[in-house]
Amino acid sequence: MATISLKSVRKSFAKTEVIHGVDIDIDDREFIVIVGPSGCGKSTLLRMVAGLETVTSGDVYIDGKRVNDMEPMDRNIAMVFQNYALYPHMSVFDNMAYGLKIARTPKPEIEERVRATAKLLELEPFLARKPRQLSGGQRQRVAMGRAIVRRPAVFLFDEPLSNLDAKLRVQMRLEIKALQRQLGVTSLYVTHDQVEAMTLADRMIVMNAGEADQVGTPIEVYKDPRTTFVAGFIGSPPMNFLPAATFTPGGGNDGLLKGLAANPAAAGNGSPTVGIRPEHLRLCDGADGRLSGTLQYSEILGAESLIHLTLSDGAMLTVRQSGSAAVPEVGERCHVTFDDSDVCFFDGDGKRIASG
Amino acid sequence: MSGMVEKRAAGLWLTHAGLILGVALIGFPIYLAFVASTVTQGDIIRPPMPVVPGGHFIENYREALVSGINAPVWQMLVNSMVMALGIALGKIAISILSAFAIVYFRFPLRHVFFWLIFLTLMLPVEVRIVPTYEVAANFGLLNSYSGLILPLIASATATFLFRQFFLTVPDELAEAARVDGARPMRFFIDILLPMSRTNIAALFVILFIYGWNQYLWPLLITTDPEMNTIVMGIKQMFPSGDDFANWPVIMATAILATLPPVLVVIAMQRLFVKGLIESEK
Repeated sequence: MATISLKSVRKSFAKTEVIHGVDIDIDDREFIVIVGPSGCGKSTLLRMVAGLETVTSGDVYIDGKRVNDMEPMDRNIAMVFQNYALYPHMSVFDNMAYGLKIARTPKPEIEERVRATAKLLELEPFLARKPRQLSGGQRQRVAMGRAIVRRPAVFLFDEPLSNLDAKLRVQMRLEIKALQRQLGVTSLYVTHDQVEAMTLADRMIVMNAGEADQVGTPIEVYKDPRTTFVAGFIGSPPMNFLPAATFTPGGGNDGLLKGLAANPAAAGNGSPTVGIRPEHLRLCDGADGRLSGTLQYSEILGAESLIHLTLSDGAMLTVRQSGSAAVPEVGERCHVTFDDSDVCFFDGDGKRIASG
Repeated sequence: MSGMVEKRAAGLWLTHAGLILGVALIGFPIYLAFVASTVTQGDIIRPPMPVVPGGHFIENYREALVSGINAPVWQMLVNSMVMALGIALGKIAISILSAFAIVYFRFPLRHVFFWLIFLTLMLPVEVRIVPTYEVAANFGLLNSYSGLILPLIASATATFLFRQFFLTVPDELAEAARVDGARPMRFFIDILLPMSRTNIAALFVILFIYGWNQYLWPLLITTDPEMNTIVMGIKQMFPSGDDFANWPVIMATAILATLPPVLVVIAMQRLFVKGLIESEK
């Protein structure tokens, strides 16, 4: 239905620049999730696509048309807001029909489209109710319905699930994904929840302080993070970051240290960092250990256990293991090993260097 | 357990006794006025004053409504009604639009304008009455409904109230309407206005009574008895010389003057209370 392109888009509020030049090309029917911590500019980026914020510099294209100076209504988009923004004095039907009424759609067509959308979202019994008579999940559906009924070229979602309880969030997540597939509408979805990002996205954009640190499929972003920020933000518990000095020569570490030393980028930028995901670490006997530390505390979650160690230089290390594996006692000395192929190197600025 | 219930029951009786006393205190003078409006002039002048209604109800009220003393009371009621409605509706219309402009539009000197409006709170009618009279007289507004209404129509209080209410309306609502294609006035009419329903009702009650009770301004601006409003008209009914005051007719007029505000309050009570306590999100 539509593609979206952002060309070096920047945004400043007064003198503060909050988006520092973002370039993204979104394909037709793609589901793109923008993920990042609060204040990273992800909502601002979405609102610039919606037309609710002006673009300070750069261009936004929807379906090949430059839309910088268009009103939201002329951009052929629909938006779902975090607090749903339903009109409190209107029935569910009127909420969904409002946009069509303004567009002077003929009455019978409005009726037909609202009913069809209500059916799709299982909202038929509630059409006459006011928003305050609905549960959170139902309101969420009405907000979705209001977007769907207009048959826009693009859906924009601004943290649509964050006001729901955990169980409903999982359910709505699956529904949103299924709906998007079924309707085939290009979607841009903002969230701070990495699980939502991982499960919904065809591709995700990881935002950090006004810049798109990485754009890629969820698995690419997870397996091959471009920066320490991405590596730390995606994945729970986050990746372990250790200074190269933590690894003592000898044991299994020689290969790793040699690889690091041979890399000119690593040498040039002060102290490089070594990143290893918790699930790539294994507890082992002292003889095989490449790192060792004292067990600070452990979290036993049933399916898995998280073991937190303090290394001799004070750094924390998290090991994730299967729930069936034995968990050592607090205070016990533990030894950890890993494969060199699972390690990521980052330079002094947090940028990724060739994999170790 | 039972002790507690008894205690609560005693408390209930006490509160009710207190409330009944309060109602009686406020109600008694009104009752006396009503009694005075149903007896003859002679009954009132001769002590002791009667405390039970007499048999001249219809007679006195007919005299008041049809002929009055200076002008028929029905005429004054109409004048008051026009003035009170004009002030209440005019104030609401002007202040809700100013609040809409101040909250939803970014224009130069926005805050200056808001504070200018706010400043007028410090200048009630009485303070600016001489210059206002001068202006009204020069515009030829003496003895006219426009003269009664227009100088009182700007309201900082109502603007402020609507501003506060609009600030509690989530921004996303305006944005959702914008995405839905609503232009600003469409948003105002379709969304903001219905949402302000209870606030408008509450304000209407307050402003209607404010308009109805205006005394000083109508006294200045109307010289023709035909244009008198009822609240000032009552005062005009007292004779200036040695004549007797026609008490039954004056009291009937006083009772008639209290009725419209009471009816407005009763009719709007539900919305009024809702408007004062709740902000519908």
